[in-house]
Amino acid sequence: MSAPTIEPGAVRTGSAVEPALRVDSLWKIFGNRADKVIGTEDANLTRKQLQEKTGCVMAVKDVSFEVAPGEVFVVMGLSGSGKSTLVRCLTRLIEPTAGSVVMNGEDVTAADEGRLRELRRRHAAMVFQHFGLLPHRSVRDNISFGLEVRGTGRAERRKRAQDMVDLVGLSGYELSYPDQLSGGMQQRVGLARALAGDPDLLLFDEPFSALDPLIRRDMQNEVIRLHHEVGKTMVFITHDLAEALKLGDRILIMRDGEVVQVGTPDEVVGAPADDYVKDFVSDVPKSHVLTLRWVMRPAREGEADGAPALPADTIVREAARSVLAAEGPVRVIEDDRVVGVVDDEDILRVVVAEEH
Amino acid sequence: MSSTLTVAPAPAAKEEQPRIVEAPKRHTGLKLLVVLAVWAVGYFLFHDRDTLARPFVQLNGLDRWFNHIRDVIQAAGQTNWFWHGVVGNFSDFVNSVIGWLQQLFSQPAAGRPVPQVGWLGVLAILGWIAYAMAGLRSAILVLVGTLLFGVLGYWGDSVDMLIVTLLSVLVSMAVGIPVGIAMARRRWVSTVVTPILDAMQTMPSFAYIPFFFVVFGPGATCAIMLTVVYSIPPLVRITEHGLRSVAAGTVEAAGSLGVTRGQLLRKVQLPMARRTIVLGINQCSLAALAMAVIAALINGPGLGPDVLAGLTNLDVGQGAVPGLLIVVVAIMLDRTTTAASERSEQHSRGERRMSRRANRIVLGAGLVVVAAAIYFSHFYIQAAQFPSALDVGSQLADGINQVTNTVVNAIDTLTLAFKNVISYGFLNPLQGLLADTPWWLMAPVLLAISWVLGGLRPLLITLVCEGVIFGVGLWNDTMITLTTTVVATVLVMIVALVLGVWTGRSRRADAVIRPILDGFQTIPPFVYLVPALALFGASRFTAIVAALAYAAPISVKLVADGIRGVSPATVEAARASGITSWQMIRKVQLPMSRSSIALAANQGLLYVLSMVVIGGMVGAGSLGYIVYSGFTQYNLLGKGLAAGIALTALGILLDRSARAVADRSGT
Ligand SMILES: Nc1ncnc2c1ncn2[C@@H]1O[C@H](COP(=O)(O)OP(=O)(O)OP(=O)(O)O)[C@@H](O)[C@H]1O
Ligand SMILES: [Mg+2]
Repeated sequence: MSAPTIEPGAVRTGSAVEPALRVDSLWKIFGNRADKVIGTEDANLTRKQLQEKTGCVMAVKDVSFEVAPGEVFVVMGLSGSGKSTLVRCLTRLIEPTAGSVVMNGEDVTAADEGRLRELRRRHAAMVFQHFGLLPHRSVRDNISFGLEVRGTGRAERRKRAQDMVDLVGLSGYELSYPDQLSGGMQQRVGLARALAGDPDLLLFDEPFSALDPLIRRDMQNEVIRLHHEVGKTMVFITHDLAEALKLGDRILIMRDGEVVQVGTPDEVVGAPADDYVKDFVSDVPKSHVLTLRWVMRPAREGEADGAPALPADTIVREAARSVLAAEGPVRVIEDDRVVGVVDDEDILRVVVAEEH
Repeated sequence: MSSTLTVAPAPAAKEEQPRIVEAPKRHTGLKLLVVLAVWAVGYFLFHDRDTLARPFVQLNGLDRWFNHIRDVIQAAGQTNWFWHGVVGNFSDFVNSVIGWLQQLFSQPAAGRPVPQVGWLGVLAILGWIAYAMAGLRSAILVLVGTLLFGVLGYWGDSVDMLIVTLLSVLVSMAVGIPVGIAMARRRWVSTVVTPILDAMQTMPSFAYIPFFFVVFGPGATCAIMLTVVYSIPPLVRITEHGLRSVAAGTVEAAGSLGVTRGQLLRKVQLPMARRTIVLGINQCSLAALAMAVIAALINGPGLGPDVLAGLTNLDVGQGAVPGLLIVVVAIMLDRTTTAASERSEQHSRGERRMSRRANRIVLGAGLVVVAAAIYFSHFYIQAAQFPSALDVGSQLADGINQVTNTVVNAIDTLTLAFKNVISYGFLNPLQGLLADTPWWLMAPVLLAISWVLGGLRPLLITLVCEGVIFGVGLWNDTMITLTTTVVATVLVMIVALVLGVWTGRSRRADAVIRPILDGFQTIPPFVYLVPALALFGASRFTAIVAALAYAAPISVKLVADGIRGVSPATVEAARASGITSWQMIRKVQLPMSRSSIALAANQGLLYVLSMVVIGGMVGAGSLGYIVYSGFTQYNLLGKGLAAGIALTALGILLDRSARAVADRSGT
């Protein structure tokens, strides 16, 4: 496949705006003398070599990225690639070995215990794979737990909890206990609990992995809906590529604790950074993800003048009908400029490639 | 994991498998055979030489030195700042608290023929407490049980028993729960305390009674201290375990919401561990009762002395009635705390039969009734002194004696045959082998066995323990105790394997057997001696049978759990390959539950040891009897202390070796 090179400007990190989250060369090494590793030769070893040599496990290795306000940032990788460790380092549920995390301009890694607690109470909330609900509390009391912990009054807690119950669609179950709910409903409670404190940043650690596929799809749609309604910044961990492509504005791919690639869904599918990512995305229906920008070719002199035009970020699948219906090639435009053309053959190459 | 997963793991991402190190072949069986052969030949050539047997009343230097220490402490008890100022005053304080409680509830108060609160008041108080803690059913059980105290003619002693037990449990809770919490929250506390708990639990209870006896002298204080020390470890452990086993995910989620350490404890860990902690209180109160009974030996108040009198008079009926009441107390404690534990779960979830308010009203009304009952029982003799017309205790004792005689005569030949088979076929030869082999051969044989079975560590521990046993001059007595212990443990394991496999494989058998085992486990060990005595008279065999009854339940349960724990997938796969039930047991279930079986043997061994020692009083002789004699004969106390030390060494030796074997079989 002919993949164009990525233009740096295509990455939507609005460098003008203060990022909601900035992570700078973050390291986490598990083991006894972990802090002795960074900065030495050993830091360059692979995870396995390091473990053999020092007994330390390199879970997160020199990871940096930025998340813009309101963005859904997905981190994905295989089991053991360090995703959970990474997301826990963001609020220091796991203490990072080195590096810095800045949340809304505040350095989390430098915060003292009280300040950190404050951050967790008000600024970043997390949703867990195994829910982590309190079995001895009702749905309502689970949801308001965070508010209770930070000292909100009873009446206000109740009201806020009720709002959250309604928001996640659990009305009528306020007084049930977690073990009386299905997995999907329990995760709604987890979601509501995270939202109750009105945090700026929502962290999800594989929240839907324990759910069956249909419920999972429901919950994904729920997250998309909530994102529209409350517009929070989200960091979303998953090992499911379909989920990553569906939810993510941008995707970070991890392997053995390192960043392999960061990009929008179509960049990841269209221009995999290496064989690892390529292998990852090989089964993805490309026509569902790629935009016209990835399949167009430069226009020849005078070609397709006056032909129909489509925006460059149209998904191939959606463009296919118009392109095939048109006589000859179709113009691809971006910012009112023609950036290239596509014809039937370009479209078919992507669509047919999936048949194999 | 699901159909939407579109990730194909890249070949490059495949994990390399670690190199598998094959365990070296150990030839355990062969080495054991060699050791046994050497031992047998040695026995044949040298038996009855250098056995270090010592006449019972003969004291050695160490014994006399211990006696001397005791005398010094007793003398210092009048003046010395520590022995008088600290220990003496503490003793007096506890004694006066107990004395006060006794005058209040169980024994005639000053200037009165009866206690301040008579039977009706006590009955009402206990019923109310049970209701408040555990609900109506437990309250009824407690009322009936308490009435039995009087009906069987042991009102005062039974209430004394309750006073000692409950007071000890309260002290244990006040100390044990905070310690358990600290252990769960700070790793270093756990690191420091755990070995202490290990030591407390490995030591047979009999081993440390003499020390408390020397420090506190006979009486209530000593009884309370012993009881607390004996009953606190399970509570501490279970509290720590309960807090630690709160799901890590929940703790983490709470952390992500920014809880403080205090909030985590109050709002997450304690509520989630509540049920487990109440179960810890259950274990603690049963242990307290067991020890409070044994405290009879040092003149502790309660029903223990009544049972002891029956045992020493070889009067089964006389021992059986107070023994029965002890069982009644055990059932009351067990059912109430178990119900409280179950209730605490519903409680924390708001699933109550009654609303909080209705419950308060009922409790309040109950308090009025209690107050009235106390009033009547203070001022009216009928409500104060349990009507003796109702006393059927002595008739019951006679009845039990008659029935026992009839039954024992009827099955005489059977029990005798059993006794003879075990004695001649098993016990005597083994005792000869262990106790009549010269010590210089026996010591290396034990070392070799622990090395072959466990490796270097057990060998070193065995060496140290042998040194201690030799040092206190009780080698021969220890070997005799060891013999009894080994024989009883083998019997326990035979029972455990048969019943354990059966209950592990059959749900129906489980439904029948498990409640019986639970029942057996609530009975304090001392009480087992009564029926064993009835069947076998005063002999070594009595202790063995009592030990069997005492230790088998825990071992059966462990084996059954092991068998049940074999993965159903494996069992199904084996069945699919068409094997018979017997093959299934032998080739799949037993080998796969090896570590449970090893654990069952380990626990069985410790239970047996503690019972064999207690059985010293009714004919098993050796170490247990020496300890016991230390309390009753002034001159023998020093030797009793020495026997306590030897017992501790023996306990540690057996426990550590068995644990090493269990660890090996686990891998
Ligand atoms: N507490 C720990 N101590 C030592 N090693 C750890 C610890 N926690 C995680 N690791 C190791 O760090 C690596 C990354 O683990 P992590 O849980 O972050 O992976 P993950 O990508 O979330 O995997 P999964 O998809 O299975 O959840 C793994 O190799 C793991 O074994
Ligand atoms: Mg994970």
